[in-house]
Parts: sequence; structure tokens; C-alpha cells
Amino acid sequence: MNKQDIAPRDAQWREELRQALTAKERTSIPRVRMPELPADWRCTTLTHEVNQGLSREMAILEATRCLDCPDPQCVTGCPVGINIPGFIKNVQRGETDEALRVLRRTSALPAVCGRVCPQEKQCESKCVYLKMKKEPVAIGYLERFAADTGHVGESDRPEPNGKRVAVVGSGPAGLSFAGDMASRGFDVTVFEALHEIGGVLKYGIPEFRLPNSVVNSEIEALRALGVRFEKDTVIGKTLTQAQLEDMNFDGVFVASGAGLPRFMGIPGENLVNVVSSNEYLTRINLMHAGTPGYATPVFRGRRVAIIGGGNTAMDSCRTARRMGAERVMVIYRRSEAEMPARVEEVKHAKEEGVEFLTLHNPIEYLGDENGRVRAMRLQRMELGEPDSSGRRSPRPVEGAVDEVEVDMVIVSVGVSPNPLIPENFEGLEVTQRGTIAANGESLQTSIPYIYAGGDIVRGGATVILAMGDGRRAAAAMAEQLAAK
Amino acid sequence: MFRIISKEHFSENVVKLVVEAPRIAKSRRPGHFVIVIDNARGERIPLTIADADPERGCITLVVQAVGDSTRAICAMNPGDELHDVVGPLGRATQIRQGGTVVCCGGGVGVAPLLPIIKAMKAAGCRVISVLAARTKDLIILEKEVREHSDEVIIMTDDGSYGRKGLVTAGVEDVINREHVDEVVTIGPAIMMKFVSLLTKKYEIPTVASLNTIMVDGTGMCGACRCTVGGRMKFVCIDGPEFDAHQVDFDEMIMRLKS
Repeated sequence: MNKQDIAPRDAQWREELRQALTAKERTSIPRVRMPELPADWRCTTLTHEVNQGLSREMAILEATRCLDCPDPQCVTGCPVGINIPGFIKNVQRGETDEALRVLRRTSALPAVCGRVCPQEKQCESKCVYLKMKKEPVAIGYLERFAADTGHVGESDRPEPNGKRVAVVGSGPAGLSFAGDMASRGFDVTVFEALHEIGGVLKYGIPEFRLPNSVVNSEIEALRALGVRFEKDTVIGKTLTQAQLEDMNFDGVFVASGAGLPRFMGIPGENLVNVVSSNEYLTRINLMHAGTPGYATPVFRGRRVAIIGGGNTAMDSCRTARRMGAERVMVIYRRSEAEMPARVEEVKHAKEEGVEFLTLHNPIEYLGDENGRVRAMRLQRMELGEPDSSGRRSPRPVEGAVDEVEVDMVIVSVGVSPNPLIPENFEGLEVTQRGTIAANGESLQTSIPYIYAGGDIVRGGATVILAMGDGRRAAAAMAEQLAAK
Repeated sequence: MFRIISKEHFSENVVKLVVEAPRIAKSRRPGHFVIVIDNARGERIPLTIADADPERGCITLVVQAVGDSTRAICAMNPGDELHDVVGPLGRATQIRQGGTVVCCGGGVGVAPLLPIIKAMKAAGCRVISVLAARTKDLIILEKEVREHSDEVIIMTDDGSYGRKGLVTAGVEDVINREHVDEVVTIGPAIMMKFVSLLTKKYEIPTVASLNTIMVDGTGMCGACRCTVGGRMKFVCIDGPEFDAHQVDFDEMIMRLKS
């Protein structure tokens, strides 16, 4: 698909938009501020989205800031290469439907990405405004605006091509693959292990950051394309490799996600009320623990420590505040500059009263007579030389250990690949890390009819990278199956 | 899907349900378990599979009413549908080919033990089953166990049926009487702990099937983690069966109390 074939830069309307204002006029417009729910109020509700979205006026003004560069660098910062100026200029001229059409060319889930992508590290980090020492164009906010307000109508169901494919997992990689294959005329069945469709978008990311209604409307769009979903189906278990093969799918895309939560292996980690962020978020997001009428229990900590500095840690600490915790602490062993979380999440967490104990690392948890965690011992850290990842590696400050009272600890230090699929598929090659080995270009695995992408291949990445994998795998598999 | 076909009361708080789940019935093996959600607002709870009929496409669950969800499931009737049944989960039992095996089950632990007893017997083992409960009414599946065992020893705490005493007394008698190659134990954590301590003394390889708290049951949450041989294991994907002598039962019991 040619990314430039709609909203081309040399279209007359774009030329006119460029001529309408001088660069100086554009660059003197300040970056839009996202309307947000007040911090003290939003801490009392799990279900209200913090970011309220831009108004039409705000969006048009923000889109006006975009200089429509001849060689737009923002596009190079996008893992799926969205035609960013193409959609932004459509927002500016009030054509949100067309803007959404541009987004949909390359992104299966724009309403999701507009909310959860780390724009400051991707598209916005390449914006020409940064060279002028100004704030970049708010590309993420505009993406969300176009996705929320634009309508492209239901795509016509394409002519069936007679081929059937299966998808393992209904997270971002699986959904984007399913959408692309269905649009190509494939008969697509998505198998999901949980009782809800959406993967991490449902069990992981909280409602206050990504409403389920947004995810559900994407799923409904896929159903309209003819995609079938089968929940409660663990591939490798409910359907074994042999049974799956008997179903005669022409191809299978494995996007089963990251899987196992990591722990640090320090004393006291198995005390009661020390939980993984996956467990905590799954109970609350997927199972609705804490909402009246739902059966799943969850412990409501009063003094809660979250270990880690990623987006999942931010989701956990902000959820803990909303569950009534009085003191919420994020414990991170490096400094804030190295924190992998999105800048906006850190900002929101701070506004909501979360404390950041950076350059601290837990070394032990202490329990009471009932085996419940009552305190943690924190080693103070300092930054040393940069390590292989380029981040300055933390090292302990000798003798500097603090004891801090907590009644709940949420461990959010990453995930390891889930062995369910690799263990139950004979001949499927895995890497030393336990991820599925897939061709870097096509994402084909050692079993020719199986492709794989997302966190089961990457080991823990972002929604947009997973989606990009779904896209690439779909293109490669469609080509392979057409050649048959 | 997941319709309850029949229901039988074993005792006031224990019921046997036969549930439609054709795919699970086909792929399950001894040792596997399922995650069940009773209604749209229910929780995910792990239940062991007592039996399966791949032809009819059903599995048999034995449920003890201990909490809100299990009480709700026990109150369901034939024709009702469980909202979700996921599985089969966990690793299947390593079935021993030949030799003498003591299978000891306490309370509803006899239910997951039954398919193991059947498979061991079919694989040519001499199977001695020791069934234990507080009192006579709580001994379940005795007839089915007898069908597939060379000998059955019943132990009750109050002496109302079989011999009076704990399961360990029954197991120890067998050990003192003949050579035992392996012991399999399924039941309350405290029972498995004492069976394990006993067989460790006699250096008899022992397998315990752990029933920890779980949420997703597929490795995602880590709620079921336990310490085996000094290392963290997830019961849902590494288990549910482990070398009993390596399991830290005290930690497991502490975590179950939460």
C-alpha cells in the first residue's frame, strides 16, 4: 500500500494551508494543553479517563502549528510510518474523516495508539520544533482527536479469497494482524486464552488511561469485517498443536504476549500482599475487583510500594491511589531521567500524589506474624557508568539502607516470555531468552506456516511495536499464501 | 457451551458436576485442571478435573463449597451454564510404568487423584489408594477408586469408617509392609506436608499436587507462586505437581491463608 496515495503533500489544499500562515506565525502558537480531570477528584474514580481529549478548536489550532515539512522527520520516528503531516493537515482543514482514513492506512488501532504510544520518544522526538527549542506538535493528541471524532464507515467486506488463518492472542499484535488479513479477504479466527477479547489492552492498561469502550469499538469493527473470536481457548492446551493442524488453517500468527511476571528473587518476596503488577492490574481491570457486585477480591493497601519505573508501574501506582491508598511510592533504582515510562504518566502520577523514590532498590521485605508484608528495606543507589543499554547503571551506596513501612508491594520489573506456546509446539525454535525466534523481516518462525510477533517475540515492548508486527506478518503471510 | 449435564451430591458441601466442554474433554490428561467462572461477574477459580468423556464431550468436576464462588457453583443445577471453563491447564502427571504406587487423597483431593489412579493402574502399576477424610460422609469416589486400585485403605479422623487415624498412618503401614516406589498425594496443604515429611524419612519419591490461589491460570499473574527446591515456581504452568520433598509447604500454607 502506498502511504502517500491519500492526502499527498502536493495537493492544492495542502499548498493553500501552507501559504495561509508564515512559519513565524505558526511557531508562535503555543502547544495545546490536554484538558484533564482535576487530580484530586480523579483519584477517587477508577473509571473516568484522565485525558479528556482536545476540542475541535484546540485540535485545529494545534494542527496549524505543524509546518508540513517537505521531509517530515516525525514519520521516521513512527514504528509504523504513519503519514503524520497528511493526517494533521486534514485535521487542520476540518476533514477528520479523511484524517482518520490516513491513520487507518498504517495503524489498526489509532484511538489506542493516540492514548498509549510513547510519542515523546517516537514521532514527537523528531519534530522540527525541537530544533527551534520549542515544544513539538502534539501528534499523539491529534491522533486521538482524529480517531475519536472521525468516521470512516464500515469497510465493505472484501471478497473471500478462500483461505483461512488463525491468530493466537487478541492483544494489539493479534488484532492488527486480524484486521489486515480480513481486509485481504482471509477468513480469520482469533483464539484468546482469557474470557475477554483485547489482551493487555483489557487486563493491563487501566480504564482511566484507555477506556474499554475504545477497545471494544475496535473489536466490533473487526467483527464487522468477518473476524471470529473464540475466547477461553488456550492454544497448545485447549487445542493442541495436532488439533490445530487438523483444523487446516493455511497460516497461524502467534501473538500470545509477554506472559510471566518477573520477580527480583529477594528475601520476603513471597510474603502475603507482595504481588506482581500483572496480578494487581488483572484483578482490577479484567476482573473488576473493587467494583461492587463483582466476586474477585483485591487487597486495598494503605501504604503501597510499586517496584519499577515502566508504564505498568505507573498504571499500578495510579490504580493504588484510586483504590484508596494513603501513601503510594514508586521505587526505582535509577534516576527519573532513565525511567522508561511515558512522560505523561509520570506527570499524572505526581499530580495524583504518588511519591517517587528514585535511586532506591528494595533488598528485602519484612513480614508480620501472619506472613503479611509490613516493611521493606531499601538500598540507596547512585549512578555509575553507562551500561550496554546506554543507561547509566545504578550501584549501591554502601551502608545506606532505609526501612520503610508498607502493607502492600506491587512488583513491576518486567515480564519473561510465557512458555505455553513454545513448550507445546514441536519444532518451534526459541531464543535463549525463551522468546519465539522469528525472521526479522517476515516474522516467519521455524515452522513455515507459523508466524509470530509482539511481546512473545520481542520479550516486552510497546503496543505500537506489537501492532507493527501484526501488520508486517500479515503482509508477509498474505504474500506467502498467494504464491501457493 | 459449558452446560451442566448432571449433578450429584457427595455430601452437604461437595457436589459432582458433569459439564459440557468438548475441547477440554478431548485434550485433558491426568493432572490437568481448569479455570471456571460461574457468572459474568464471577471470579476465576481453579478446579481439578476428576474425569472426562471425550465421546460425549464432557468433563467431571468435584466442587467443595468453601467460598462465595464455589458455593454458587454448588448451587447450580443441570441445564444451567457456567460462564467460562478454560483448560486443560498445568502439566499432565508423569505416569509411572510399573512398580508400586501409593495414591493418597484427602477430602476433595480424591477427585483429581482418580484419573491418576486410573492411569497408573492402566500402565501396569500396583496401586494402593489411601482415602482420608474427617468423617465417613466426606469420603468420596470410593467405588470408582476401588475399581482401579489393587487395595483401598480408608482413614477417618473420627473412626466412623475404615480405620481411625490420619492419612499418614495408613501410608506408613503400607511402607512398613512392602516396597513402595512412589507416593502421590493430593489434598489439603497441611495433609500433603505431613505425607511429604513421612515419605522423606523413608526416601520414597513423592509427588504433591498444589492447590494455590490463582487468577488467570496461564502464567500471567504469579499469584500461585511457591518455592520448590529453593526456587520460585508457578503452580499453573510449572505444576500443579511437584516433587513434594522440595516444596516449601509452610510458605504455601501461609500464602493460602491470605
